[in-house]
Amino acid sequence: MGNEFSVVLCGAAGQGVQTVENLLVKALARSGFHVFATKESMSRVRGGSNSTEIRISGRHVEAFVERIDLLVPLNGGLRPNIWKRLSPETIVLGDREELKEEFVGHPCTFLDVPFLEMARQAGGALTANSVAAGVLCALFGVEYPDLDQLLVERFSAKPEILEKNRSSAESGFRQGMDLVEKNRLSLSLPEADPHWRPALVDGHKAVSLGALAGGCNFVTAYPMSPGSGVLAFMSQNAARFGIAVEQVEDEIAAVNMALGAWAAGGRAMATTSGGGFALMEEGISLSAVTETPIVVHVGQRPGPATGMATRTEQADLELALYAGHGEFPRVILSPGNAREAFDLSRLAFDWADRYQVPVFILTDEYLLDSVFEVEGLPVDEGSFSHHFVESGPDYLRYRLAEDGVSPRGIFGNGTGLIRIDSHEHDESGHIEEDFDMRERMQMKRMSKLKLLEEAALPPTVHGNPKDANLVLSWGSTGPVLQEALALLGRTDIALAHFSQVYPLHSSVLDLVAGARKIIVAEGNSTGQFARLIRLSTGRKADHLLLNFRGHQFSVEELASGLERILLGGDAQ
Amino acid sequence: MNPREYDVENVDMSWCPGCGNFQILSTLKEVLSGLGLSPQEVVLISGIGQAAKTPHFMKGHIIQGLHGRALPVATGVKAANPGMTVLAIGGDGDMYGEGGNHLLHAIRRNPDLANLVHNNMVYGLTKGQASPTSPVGMKTPVQVEGVFSEPLNPLALAISQGASFVARTFSAATDLSREIIKAAIIHKGYALVDIFQPCVSFNKVNTYKWFKENTFVLQDGQVDLHDRRKAMELAMTGPPYPLGILYQDRPGRVTFEEQLPAYREKKDPLWKRKPPVGLISAFIEGLR
Repeated sequence: MGNEFSVVLCGAAGQGVQTVENLLVKALARSGFHVFATKESMSRVRGGSNSTEIRISGRHVEAFVERIDLLVPLNGGLRPNIWKRLSPETIVLGDREELKEEFVGHPCTFLDVPFLEMARQAGGALTANSVAAGVLCALFGVEYPDLDQLLVERFSAKPEILEKNRSSAESGFRQGMDLVEKNRLSLSLPEADPHWRPALVDGHKAVSLGALAGGCNFVTAYPMSPGSGVLAFMSQNAARFGIAVEQVEDEIAAVNMALGAWAAGGRAMATTSGGGFALMEEGISLSAVTETPIVVHVGQRPGPATGMATRTEQADLELALYAGHGEFPRVILSPGNAREAFDLSRLAFDWADRYQVPVFILTDEYLLDSVFEVEGLPVDEGSFSHHFVESGPDYLRYRLAEDGVSPRGIFGNGTGLIRIDSHEHDESGHIEEDFDMRERMQMKRMSKLKLLEEAALPPTVHGNPKDANLVLSWGSTGPVLQEALALLGRTDIALAHFSQVYPLHSSVLDLVAGARKIIVAEGNSTGQFARLIRLSTGRKADHLLLNFRGHQFSVEELASGLERILLGGDAQ
Repeated sequence: MNPREYDVENVDMSWCPGCGNFQILSTLKEVLSGLGLSPQEVVLISGIGQAAKTPHFMKGHIIQGLHGRALPVATGVKAANPGMTVLAIGGDGDMYGEGGNHLLHAIRRNPDLANLVHNNMVYGLTKGQASPTSPVGMKTPVQVEGVFSEPLNPLALAISQGASFVARTFSAATDLSREIIKAAIIHKGYALVDIFQPCVSFNKVNTYKWFKENTFVLQDGQVDLHDRRKAMELAMTGPPYPLGILYQDRPGRVTFEEQLPAYREKKDPLWKRKPPVGLISAFIEGLR
C-alpha cells in the first residue's frame, strides 16, 4: 500500500480509546494527511476489548481495511478478530507490564512501550491513552504544539484533567521521538499536503447536520443503538440551533409526536434502529394515509430482535420497503459516506415536505461510527423552501390533485380548517366509506410514486459498465467496494453505488441490461438488494457477496471475493 | 361567540341515540365558543373509538390518528405551535388501554393541553368488550365469565404521577362539565378530565341511573385544590365517586413546550422558521 498506514488501537471500554481516536485523527488531518477512522465495540460499558482503525494516507480513503500496520493494544486479551489481522509486517507498540506474554512467539515486531508506567508518572494510570496519543503523534510527524492545542480544546473545561493528560501526552511524545531518533522505529510517511484542512465528520454528525440544513427543528427518539447517536448530537446542540428534542417513552410516541409536529408545520425526525423502527410501523402507515410528511433515520444493526446492539448490518432494507400496513409510496435513502449522509438527510426533509410521504434514511452502525474527511458540507438558505400553503376558507386537505400532491395546509396558517384523518376520507378529511372515493384517494396517494420515480437519484457509476461485470452496492458498502475495485485495477469491472434504493432511478434498467455479470455485495445473509433489483428489473444477480458477521466487509475481502468470482468459480 | 359556529353541516352522526357523547360534544362546543376561541385556533386530536370520532362532528382543525396515540400527536402539535389550543380526546380504551404508556408520560411531560376521556367503561366501537375501567364481574361477549382484572383508577394514577390538573365529571351533568372542561382548557399544563358516560348499547351495568346513584358533586370547601395527598384520598373514594376538580397545580409550573430550547430565543411557531444556516456552517467549520 506504499506510504499508507492502518493504525489500530485496542482497549477496554472506559480506557479512552475513543479519545485517542478523536485526538489523533484531528492532529493528523491538521498535519495535512488524509485520514479515515472506523471503530468496533462490544455492547458493554466497561471492560472487554474495543478497537478503532485509523487510516493515514496521502490520498483520500474511506473504507475499512483488514491489514494492520501498527497496533497499539492498551490492554491484554485481544479478541480473535484482531489477532487474525496481524501479520509478520505488523508493528506492535505494547506495554509488557499489561500484555505479559501475549505477543511472545508471534512473528510481528513487538516494541515494548511502558504506557502504564509513563502514565502513572505523569498523572495516573487512566491517562495511558494520552501517552499513546503522544507516541503516535511523534511517529507521524505531528508537531507537539498542535497536539497540545488539541488537548486544550478537548479538556478546557476540566483544568486538572487537562494537566494530567498534557503531561502524559508530552511524555508519550518524547518516547515517540526517542523511538524515531534511535531508529528503533522509522515510518516512511505519506506526503502531507499543507493546504489540506478537511472537516472530520462521523456518520452521526453527518446525518444530524444534514437534517438541520434541511430545516429539521424537532427530533424525537427512544434511545437505541446505533440510532441514538443522532439523538445525543441533536440534544447536545439543541440550544445552539434552537430546536426541540425529546426523548420519548417509546418509538410509537416518537413517530406520533413527530407527525403531530409536522402537521403543525414543524420539520421532525425520529431516529432509531431496526427494532424501534418495527414499533413505528403503524405510525408510518398513519403518515401515509394522512399524507403527513415524516423523516425517520434508521441506523441498522444485526437482528433479529436484540441481535448485536453495537454491530453493523444492512438487513433492514426490506423492513423499510414494506414497513406499515396498506399500500403507499415512500422513499428510502442509503448514504455510503459522510457527504452522502449529509446531502441525503437534507434532501429527506425537502422530499418529505414536497411529496407528503415518509422518507427513511437508512444508515448502519459502521457508517455512523466511522469518521470521514470532507472538504466541506454545503449549507445555504437559497436551496431551502417550505412546501405548505396558507389555507383559505374553502380549503380541502385532500383535494384530488392530478399529480397526487394536495396542497398541504398547516394549523395556524390561514383561515381554512385542516382535517387530518387516519380513516379513508373524502377531500375534506372526513371519514368516507364510498367505494369510488376510496379508489380515487388510493390512486391519488399512489400517483405520488411517479413523481418520486422521476425525482429519484441515479446510482454513482465507477468504470464503464457496458459489457463489463457490474458490481452493485448500496449504503455503507459502496466506498469499501470502490476501494476494492481500485485495488484490483481491472477494467472489466464497473461499480454502481446506490445512495437511493427506493424508488430506483430509471437508469437501472439499461444499466443491468448492458452488464455481463451482475454481482451484488451487501451486508445481509439473503441478498435483499439483489432481490429488489430483480423485482424492479427482472435481472437476477449472477453472484452475491454477502456479509452478516456484524462487521463491515474489508477492502481486501471484497477484492478477493470479486477476483474469485471473476476467475469463474463460486457461482451462487 | 355562538356555539353554533362549531356546528358541522350535513354530518352523518354515527353515535347511538342516547349516547353520552352527544352531551359532551355540545358541552365542548359551548365551552370553546364561551372562551372566545374560533375553530381556527383549536386543534382537536383523537385516536380511535366512538369518543375519538368527536372531532369529526364539530368545527376545528383535527387529527384523528391511531388508536391510543392521541397524546404524543397532541404533544407534537402543541410543541410545534404553542399558540394553538390543543385538546386530546378519546375513550377509556383509547387513552387508558392502548395509550396507557403515553398517558403516564404525557402527565410527566406536562404539555399544555386538555385531555378529555369519555369513560363509559366498555368498548363501543368494537361492540361491547371490557375496557380497562370495566367493573370486575361485568360479562361481555369476550369476558364471558365476567371481568377478572381490577379496573384502572385514572384519577389516582394521574394524581400519583404528578398530573397538573385532574378532574372528573359526568356527561349528563352538563353544567358541571362545562365548568370543568373550561377550567381544564384554561389551565396551563396537562389537564386530565375523566368523563363518566353511559354506553346505552353495550354497558348494561353503568347506566345513567347507575352513574346518578353512584356519584356526588364535590362542594366548595370540600377540596383543597393544591393538596395532592388529599386529592389522592378523593381519587380513592367511591362508590359513590366524587365529581369535580380534585387537584390543580398552583400557577407557575413550566410546561413541556415552554422549556424547549426551540423557544428560548424565538417565540414564533416552527413553521415560520428557516434552518439556521450561519450556525450550521460555523459548526462545520469547527470540525476542521
